[in-house]
Amino acid sequence: MTKRQRIVVVGHGMVGHRFAQAAVERGLTETHDVVIFGEEPRAAYDRVALTSWFGSGSDALSLLPGGEYDDPRVRLVLDSVVTEIDRAARTVTVVSPPSAVDDLLANPGAVTVHEYDVLVLATGAAPFVPPVEGRGKDGCFVYRTIEDLEAIRAASAAATSGVVIGGGLLGLEAANALVQLGLDTHVVEMAPRLMPVQLDGAAGATLVRHIERLGVSVHTGVVTEAILGDHSEGGAAVTGLRLRQAGTEAGAPTEVVDAQVVVFSAGIRPRDVLARECDLEVAPRGGVLVDEQCRTADPHVFAIGECAAPGGTMYGLVAPGYAMAEVVVDALLDGPGTFTGADMSTKLKLLGIDVASFGDAFATTDGALELTYADAVAGVYKKLVVSDDGRRLLGGILVGDASAYGVLRPMVSSGLALPDNPEQLILPASSGVQLGMPDEAQVCSCNDVTKADILHAVTEQGCETVADVKQCTRAGSTCGSCVATVKNVIEDHFASVGKVVDKGLCEHFRLTRQELFDVVAVHGYRRFDDIVAAHGTGRGCDVCKPAIASILASQTSSHILEPATAELQDTNDAYLANIQRNGTYSVVPRIPGGEITPDKLIVIGEVARDYGLYTKITGGQRIDLFGARMEQLPAIWRRLVDAGFESGQAYGKSLRTVKSCVGSTWCRFGVQDSVGLAIALELRYRGLRSPHKLKGGVSGCARECAEARGKDFGVIATEKGWNLYVGGNGGATPAHARLLAGDLSTETLVSYLDRFLMYYVRTADRLQRTSTWIDQLDGGLDRVRSVVVDDSLGLGAELESEMARHVGGYEDEWRATLEDPAKLARFVTFVNAPDTPDPSIAFTTERDQIQPIAPALIPVGAPA
Amino acid sequence: MTTVAVSLTPVCAADAIPLEGGVAALVDGAAVAVFRSFDGSVFALSNVDPFSGASVLSRGIVGTRGDAPVVSSPMYKQAFDLRTGACLDDAAVRVTAYDVTVVDGVVHVGPARVVS
Repeated sequence: MTKRQRIVVVGHGMVGHRFAQAAVERGLTETHDVVIFGEEPRAAYDRVALTSWFGSGSDALSLLPGGEYDDPRVRLVLDSVVTEIDRAARTVTVVSPPSAVDDLLANPGAVTVHEYDVLVLATGAAPFVPPVEGRGKDGCFVYRTIEDLEAIRAASAAATSGVVIGGGLLGLEAANALVQLGLDTHVVEMAPRLMPVQLDGAAGATLVRHIERLGVSVHTGVVTEAILGDHSEGGAAVTGLRLRQAGTEAGAPTEVVDAQVVVFSAGIRPRDVLARECDLEVAPRGGVLVDEQCRTADPHVFAIGECAAPGGTMYGLVAPGYAMAEVVVDALLDGPGTFTGADMSTKLKLLGIDVASFGDAFATTDGALELTYADAVAGVYKKLVVSDDGRRLLGGILVGDASAYGVLRPMVSSGLALPDNPEQLILPASSGVQLGMPDEAQVCSCNDVTKADILHAVTEQGCETVADVKQCTRAGSTCGSCVATVKNVIEDHFASVGKVVDKGLCEHFRLTRQELFDVVAVHGYRRFDDIVAAHGTGRGCDVCKPAIASILASQTSSHILEPATAELQDTNDAYLANIQRNGTYSVVPRIPGGEITPDKLIVIGEVARDYGLYTKITGGQRIDLFGARMEQLPAIWRRLVDAGFESGQAYGKSLRTVKSCVGSTWCRFGVQDSVGLAIALELRYRGLRSPHKLKGGVSGCARECAEARGKDFGVIATEKGWNLYVGGNGGATPAHARLLAGDLSTETLVSYLDRFLMYYVRTADRLQRTSTWIDQLDGGLDRVRSVVVDDSLGLGAELESEMARHVGGYEDEWRATLEDPAKLARFVTFVNAPDTPDPSIAFTTERDQIQPIAPALIPVGAPA
Repeated sequence: MTTVAVSLTPVCAADAIPLEGGVAALVDGAAVAVFRSFDGSVFALSNVDPFSGASVLSRGIVGTRGDAPVVSSPMYKQAFDLRTGACLDDAAVRVTAYDVTVVDGVVHVGPARVVS
């Protein structure tokens, strides 16, 4: 038996992690031990999605949430820096942090030496900071690690304006982050256009228009002459940038941009210093020179990812790095795999704008022809580069609408013949055209997953959903841009084999809730009978009937106990109260924003006392009265309505409360009137029927005492207005709301909220909370932002007018019920003995209040 | 099935029961849920939901499962066949079904059915 070999991996970024995963999956750990040294304090995380850290935190980004690999033969050592490689002795020297901070001066860290049989360098790249005067001032950052983001966020708290130096992919990501942090944001790019590596002039100009509309100022064709600082307090904080036209000499006129935060994003440089120091050759522009198996001149040393330069070229994308990791594992297993270059295609969403560039985007191939489509009004630019005979697609650029990317990019890599009228591929009318994609077409470029791989997962591995396929193949698990294509491949396959992928509500309807919503709107249905006759089977059930009742309520504003809809309601809606475990109900009067007068408090107390109800203050700043018998409800409401209360809609799927703190009225930190806004919003959206219950919150300052980010919509006051967060909830799967738009006037806030809520009411599935709804929309939060903020579908006015109709048509359901004898008729326990209370309801007393005595259960299997 | 000594209790007018809805009635001290299905047929089951013990079945949603007319409990949503009281979600559970008849527009509830 041969001795086990030891692999040392330097660096635990995305590529180092992929190497370890592949080593485990492909059985390399049967013969090799793997030790990985990572210098960051945490295990590998999704650096591509770094900006989402602001919304979701570091745990969500982690690629190894437990911090350990399942395979004990792979050991991860964090917080450790490899400082030296001794190729002759085949050892690396590692400095780990001292065990206690106090030791720091005496002992800068534990130094250990580790032997290797195979060394894999995966040290990645470092941001390039150009030698600009003043670049060391406080407030200057790079954009690479979670620690960088933490520092940027801390500095932004006291800042109003920020500048990103560099208008490439990463620079625009960083600008996105600054916008999210509420800064006036500028982007400075030396080239005459944004994303100069990926986009041509027309595409860059289109992108600028999109970005400027979001409030980001774009400065192209300028160089940063100096970073200006403030020395007044002995420190050296950034105050701004001095810019000069590119191509002019020093002394030419300059422009000053104020900023307290500066982020450098002017490219990256391979971290190849370890290799240089041990005399391994590097490429002229940096990066460890390796062959097609990613092996250096030393057969025991490999380099992968951004620190490597296969054939002299360094690749600054994650997909080639992943491919290199796989190639090295293959090489160590004596496999034939080689790395011979990578698809540099990119598709991303920047600030909610689709941008894609793929293949020969600049038409450098001999005889290449360009087809372009531009719609300056809509901000769409599309270009196809085709071969001189018009038969093959060579590349292209898409800005503003990249929906065709999933079809087009595989056509480049597969060489599939173009249709006779290739312009059809980019004209707006073609958006629905489905083109057959060859099996070998690469769907997920981050993880190199082909259409065939996805089909294999579906046909051989039992995958049925995107989530299954993600788990099985990793497709869509890195940047996520291919998820829609993955979904199409899966659905096309099931359609082709005649399997109906059932998205229907229940056995009575094959339609989804969204489809039903549209059907009802188009036909103007008002009765369940008409809907089930035309679009369903049978007579409905407890799933479809309440869903249709909710849809009808959203579209008509008529009282939910009208004869056409009364029998569709779940018991809570049917009795305008919440059923409890013993068949009694709880009564919850509306207390908008949690603000209530002493007189009203006294009324609630009196009602509870007179009817012997249990009272409890709820989490939503209301007072819940428990233990009311069904036949008592109208009399209880009468007292409450007379005192000026109305139904709190605690029943049903509808707006519950808008929680608030005391805001600027009382709180010494409050910057806006959170109570006033919370009351206004609660009254505006009260009674709105929705796919799931809805809650809101308004906090008067960033201390967030109203816990607004735990709500479906959360509003947090800033000095400049309101920040709007959406998609939060408590419950079984808690979610933090994410920023939709910042520094809004009250008027703009309300219009965005109107649109957001109506868009949700229209399109979400039954019982789908806003958080999952957003996650399952193609494009996620960016999609919501494009519809709500940018009005990309042109639906804004329609959604707002639907909400206006709801607001105008609101009536208090308790009061309306009390005024209608026909509706009151249902509130009797026994139809033939209206004065006899339900004998099965009984109470005991605990802590001076009633509590239900559990009814005797009938033993299962022994029917009464 | 053998029926002896039929006693019928009049409970309400048939059209006092909403179509595809239910009401509760007191019959010889027992809470009975009386339903009307879509075609106007009248059914009677014990009002007590066996899964919660609460007297609430008359407040459930009436519909169909396959060809069976059903009510789903407002508590935990199990469906019960209106004709037999059989729980369609748990074969071990059944609620009492009552004979029921409409005479001159008035619903009469009879004795509990013996199910063999």
